[in-house]
Amino acid sequence: MGSESELSELQPTWQFLNPIPQGPLPTIPEPAAAPEVELIIDGRETSVPTGSTLLQATKSLGIETPTLCYLENLTPVNACRVCVVELEGSRTLVPACSRKVEAGMQVQTDSPRVRLSRRMVLEFLASSVDVSTAPELQQYMGQYAAEPERYGPSGPPALGNERDAAVPGHHVAPDGATAGTVEQPVKIDNELYIRDYSKCILCYKCVEACGEDAQNTFAIAVAGRGFDARIATEYTVPLPDSACVYCGNCIGVCPTGALMFRSEYEMREAGTWDESAQSETDTICSYCGVGCNLQLHIQDNEIVKVMSPIESGVTQGHLCIKGRFGWQFMQQPKKK
Amino acid sequence: MDLHLTKDTPSAAERLAVDSVLGESGLGRSDGVTSAALVGHEAAAGHAARANRHLLLPVLHAIQERMGWISHGALNYACQRLTIPPTEAYGVATFYALFSVQPKPPIVAHVCDDIACMANGAEQLCSEMTQRLGKAGTKSGAGSVTWHRSPCLGMCERAPAAMITAAGKRPSTTVVAPANGAAIERILEDEKHEEPPLVESQTMGSVPQAGSAELRLLRRMSRIDPDSIASYRAAGGYQALTRALELGPEQIVREVAASKLMGRGGAAFPAGIKWRSVASAAARPHYMVCNADESEPGTFKDRVVLEEDPFAVVEAMTIAGIATGCEKGFIYLRGEYPLALARMTNALAQARAAGLLGGSILGNTMSFDIEIRRGAGAYICGEETALFNSIEGFRGEPRNKPPFPTEVGLFGKPTLVNNVETLINVLDIVLEGSEAYAAIGTEQSTGTKLFCLSGHVARPGVYEVPFGTSLLALIELAGGVAGSGNMQAVLLGGAAGTFLTPQELDTPLTFESTRAIGATLGSGVVMVFDDTVNMQRVLLRVAAFFRDESCGQCVPCRVGTVRQEELLNRLFAEKTIGSTEDELHLLNDIGQAMRDASICGLGQTASSAIESAARVGLFNGRKH
Ligand SMILES: Cc1cc2nc3c(=O)[nH]c(=O)nc-3n(C[C@H](O)[C@H](O)[C@H](O)COP(=O)(O)O)c2cc1C
Ligand code: SF4
Ligand code: SF4
Ligand code: SF4
Ligand code: FES
Ligand code: FES
Repeated sequence: MGSESELSELQPTWQFLNPIPQGPLPTIPEPAAAPEVELIIDGRETSVPTGSTLLQATKSLGIETPTLCYLENLTPVNACRVCVVELEGSRTLVPACSRKVEAGMQVQTDSPRVRLSRRMVLEFLASSVDVSTAPELQQYMGQYAAEPERYGPSGPPALGNERDAAVPGHHVAPDGATAGTVEQPVKIDNELYIRDYSKCILCYKCVEACGEDAQNTFAIAVAGRGFDARIATEYTVPLPDSACVYCGNCIGVCPTGALMFRSEYEMREAGTWDESAQSETDTICSYCGVGCNLQLHIQDNEIVKVMSPIESGVTQGHLCIKGRFGWQFMQQPKKK
Repeated sequence: MDLHLTKDTPSAAERLAVDSVLGESGLGRSDGVTSAALVGHEAAAGHAARANRHLLLPVLHAIQERMGWISHGALNYACQRLTIPPTEAYGVATFYALFSVQPKPPIVAHVCDDIACMANGAEQLCSEMTQRLGKAGTKSGAGSVTWHRSPCLGMCERAPAAMITAAGKRPSTTVVAPANGAAIERILEDEKHEEPPLVESQTMGSVPQAGSAELRLLRRMSRIDPDSIASYRAAGGYQALTRALELGPEQIVREVAASKLMGRGGAAFPAGIKWRSVASAAARPHYMVCNADESEPGTFKDRVVLEEDPFAVVEAMTIAGIATGCEKGFIYLRGEYPLALARMTNALAQARAAGLLGGSILGNTMSFDIEIRRGAGAYICGEETALFNSIEGFRGEPRNKPPFPTEVGLFGKPTLVNNVETLINVLDIVLEGSEAYAAIGTEQSTGTKLFCLSGHVARPGVYEVPFGTSLLALIELAGGVAGSGNMQAVLLGGAAGTFLTPQELDTPLTFESTRAIGATLGSGVVMVFDDTVNMQRVLLRVAAFFRDESCGQCVPCRVGTVRQEELLNRLFAEKTIGSTEDELHLLNDIGQAMRDASICGLGQTASSAIESAARVGLFNGRKH
């Protein structure tokens, strides 16, 4: 199955066999209002439609809940656990992003237990992953007073493809002096985007966007186990040998900058990346008839990256190679 | 979805290995001739092929056993046959410790260095292995042999244990316990010459009480031929199934509920509630799973039951299937249990031949059949939802609950999951009635319980005692403390359990009284350490175990288990960051976050034994 935009490029080979029906357009019936569920959050009574998540319920009360692995347009994997809340009667905390509301629930979103778990999750991530290009995560760290330094100095980076070759069920014993990290060399194997898994928090978003939730390409998946779990192509082949079609949807959903436009990566390396000097222009992709919304990030009169708003009814944030990377052919190719 | 495959093609042997599971295919062949040009460019298409994803694990086993590793070409062929994106199949293959995606010698010695073996000379065995074969992981024997360390092999009563896997045309898995360097090397030599290794009978002595009139669950141990259904029936086997068919599904469920039988897999959930939910679930079909993954360090009771009384498990599963409206059951069997696999395979065949499994059981209209699925070296796959994913051909990552398995389980259908030991209790409940059953044990913990005694006890093995027996009485039943004769600590419940001190031995072994002292019966592990054991090394091994076995899905467990292990290393090497108190405080924080915020029981209990050790003062290493 190709992407929608590719399909629409095909010449139609069908014809209408029956005349197009005339007359008033049928209207979509109003959906029956979902019955409401009443629950108590931080001592406040509220009611939300059946089937809502605790995240939606907290939001309706104006309570901010941190999330890392959750995104409106992806199936919740509830893996990061930064959104946990305390639910009366539950032995453990529960993930707000995926736990559905039930009548009579009593929920605490800012209890000491909640704050501790959120803080620890953030410390665990920031002590093992390079979060320098993850602004949201950094903001949460401030909010929860995370101190990733208390686990000791970072251990040495993995060399070459060491992390990709990790064997499940075995690891080198810690040296008692440093904290293990996922630091490893950046993967640069194509012209369009880079993969810097030293920055990967394993939120599964890219895997979902590449697979069932959007692209249906399945070029990347989680491999390995435990702390050695990683996002990988099969046998770690370079992207050009994989199923990747360079839709860039994985880049669009990555919350940490682990997946990055090559243009952005190179400008950052050269020290010329400057978000304050960038403007954003909304436009519609001109390659085909689907009409995807594009958000062009422009610096010094050059497009430096292309995103699509998650709110867009057309794209829900997802594009194909043409919308995502086609601009490279429009402007002067950069000198190598 | 387009299946995109690299050019890597399978060898003839790899193809045969895959075909041995999936049947011969027309893929990559025209006019019966294999064409390399075609391979990689066509795939079995359609729903039928995709619906076979659950065969991925058996296919990976077949490749691993034939070749000793899973090559890119072999995986491509498997993916083509099953219509699975290769990247996902790679994710599955790299999840399991018994699979290798890198070339590896065909003969591998897996030497247990886990805690029960540690108390019985595992370190000496490992250094002996190093002397004989070089450092762990290096190749020897002209590249055909290697060895490495392994977590608990479920043979703790005969520690130290080792397992030898040999890939090839005649793949084999051989367990040696107790093991020594010479015995392991002899088997490696046999395997090199492709001769079936000679090992004497494995289960002798695993049930020291065998033959005692007081036994219930273990009453047939050593009294029947585990390979003969006739022998099982002569000892009263299959009377429970006959009785169950008279009672009918509803009455069976009522009896199980009234018996107050609690799950024996570690979580102590009332079996009756589960059976009732599955029986009444509207969605169809229903599935039944017997959890025989047993990988909790120190646990081996299920293995002994599966090896010595396999028909009891088949009969109990059949009753459970009938009671809850299942026509299909799976036994998810630990990959490291070769003898249990052979016995269960035989038992299923004999039961089928006798009309006790399959269509119209005992001439009745009910039908029920059982399939064995082997694990491949992943403790986490014993967690029920990870187990479903594993059977379905996905990575063994636990699912978020709710929904619970009784509603959305295997293949998304209502599923009954029970532990081996839980199930065999049902035979007596059905035969004697719930009242007689519940008269044994205590008010809240009914019946008898199997315990796995290992470490420094005089007669390690599986013991059966009524609930309420004290820990002291149980240890005395096993001949008391061995080794130096002075007990330092007992680990109750396994690596996910708690350490108790010699002062706590009068604790009655029931769900309620262990809970009252903040402990758990877990999977029935009772591991005794004498005062010569360096407890710091035991604790480091427990921490390493959880780090190795975390599936890696959620942050609290994936990173928490690493930070916990690092912290213990710092603490024991006296390289603390800040004061010891600071470190202990941090250890608490790590433990609480893992307990509170992890997805599944692995992360939630990964700090349990370690924190209990801190509480009872075992952090100071050797105590004299
Ligand atoms: C990490 C982990 C490993 C587990 N391993 C096993 C196992 O090997 N065997 C088992 O019966 N239950 C195991 N369980 C418990 C199962 O999830 C489940 O509760 C049990 O199989 C239910 O059966 P029961 O009610 O008869 O005990 C494990 C749980 C966790 C969290
Ligand atoms: S660019 Fe598209 S196809 Fe390639 S890995 Fe990312 S999401 Fe998958
Ligand atoms: S690469 Fe980005 S999107 Fe993918 S798992 Fe890592 S952090 Fe998440
Ligand atoms: S707690 Fe550990 S084993 Fe369980 S889902 Fe999380 S990472 Fe996986
Ligand atoms: S946002 Fe809820 S678990 Fe990640
Ligand atoms: S077999 Fe070695 S600890 Fe269990």
